Amino acid sequence: MKKLTLPLTPAQLHALRAGECVALSGTVYTARDCAHRRFMQLLEEKKPLPFDPKGAVLYYAGPCPAPEGKACGSCGPTTSARMNSFAPKMLRLGLSAIIGKGEMSAETQNALRECGAVYFAAIGGAGALYGNAVKNMQLVAFPDLLSEAVYRLEVVDFPLVVAYDTLGNSVY
Amino acid sequence: MRTLNTQEISDAVYRMALKAGKTLTEDCRRALTAAAERETGAAKYALDTALENERIARRENLPVCQDTGMAVVFLTLGQDVHLAGMPLQAAVDDGIRRAYRDGSFRKSICDPLTRVNTGDNTPAQLHVELTDGEGVSLTLLPKGFGSENMSRLFMLTPAEGREGILNAIVSAVREAGSRPCPPVYVGVGVGGCFDSCALLAKKALLREVGTLSPRSDVAELEKAALARINALGIGPQGFHGKTTALGVSIETAPTHIAGLPVAVNLQCHCIRCEKEIL
Repeated sequence: MKKLTLPLTPAQLHALRAGECVALSGTVYTARDCAHRRFMQLLEEKKPLPFDPKGAVLYYAGPCPAPEGKACGSCGPTTSARMNSFAPKMLRLGLSAIIGKGEMSAETQNALRECGAVYFAAIGGAGALYGNAVKNMQLVAFPDLLSEAVYRLEVVDFPLVVAYDTLGNSVY
Repeated sequence: MRTLNTQEISDAVYRMALKAGKTLTEDCRRALTAAAERETGAAKYALDTALENERIARRENLPVCQDTGMAVVFLTLGQDVHLAGMPLQAAVDDGIRRAYRDGSFRKSICDPLTRVNTGDNTPAQLHVELTDGEGVSLTLLPKGFGSENMSRLFMLTPAEGREGILNAIVSAVREAGSRPCPPVYVGVGVGGCFDSCALLAKKALLREVGTLSPRSDVAELEKAALARINALGIGPQGFHGKTTALGVSIETAPTHIAGLPVAVNLQCHCIRCEKEIL
């Protein structure tokens, strides 16, 4: 399996092909529905996002609380389609990749292609496996959202499938 | 007359919820293992990862899925039982609250409009069915919403008949696509009315994967629906393949002469369900 370490260069992103299985390591940011609504509000008010979106990787996930002695609790992907109304805007801010599960809309796929970004599918339901691969977790923004807050995760060997590549190919 | 303190119900709910969040049912694990042997490529990778995840959950004492769900509790209560102690709903909620805290489970319940989290995963969805005698049994199904969101209710006409039922089931699974974490377990309610039909569909999910309805005509429908669903080719996680569903379970109830309600409640491949008799 191909091992990838973030940040990915444009050449590395372009070399990925839909259907390929990869093990991804590095820094990702979690965000779900509520966090995205707040991102949109911040953008509307011309305020900065709580992390630099340039080259960043968003992980659509809301982890379980970390049990004692662990960096993170169970932390698998959530259904990406719910973020379709936000994804094109976020991608145009410079995201290099999105991690989630399930198909996304034609608009999102177009934005991925246009921005040279990749959509990785994590395996839904494998929360323990992904949580166990998180070595460090820091709260970044919106603590009132609990599991839906934005967290910065350091992950090691996240098993992912390239779902949409930069050429517009799809695993679905 | 038997007297049962609701603290015992609360403690049973606590035990069941803690265990359910961290384990797949035996039948689910069996069905996933069999499916992994049939698949190749990314589909096989998805199923192998799901099985590996279950081993990690057990080893690391972690919830199998971070969506530890909305707690759906079915209580079958003999009518000769007198419940003493705290009110029933409060007792069930107390068990859920303690389990989700002690198990490091995600609290996923919020106000539908403000989206403010209740903070303890309550209230539980409690369904009480009265029977004769003094028996008390509990079933707990933590229901994730990736699959719940893709569930559907169809109010068909009697003329649509068996073909209409099959089309409704297959179209719900087709439209759900990769979103409900396939391979799914498909719970179907046929009959009753608008509300009871949906509940029948949820109850259908309590049946063991791989079993058929004892009613032969219903069992035939289940087999036909499963064959058509697996011919869709959506496959595990939407990566194509032979296994879009692990099974179809249909429950029926008498309905009105003017109607044919069909409810389809999808369950992801992480089936977590616990039962206890008190």
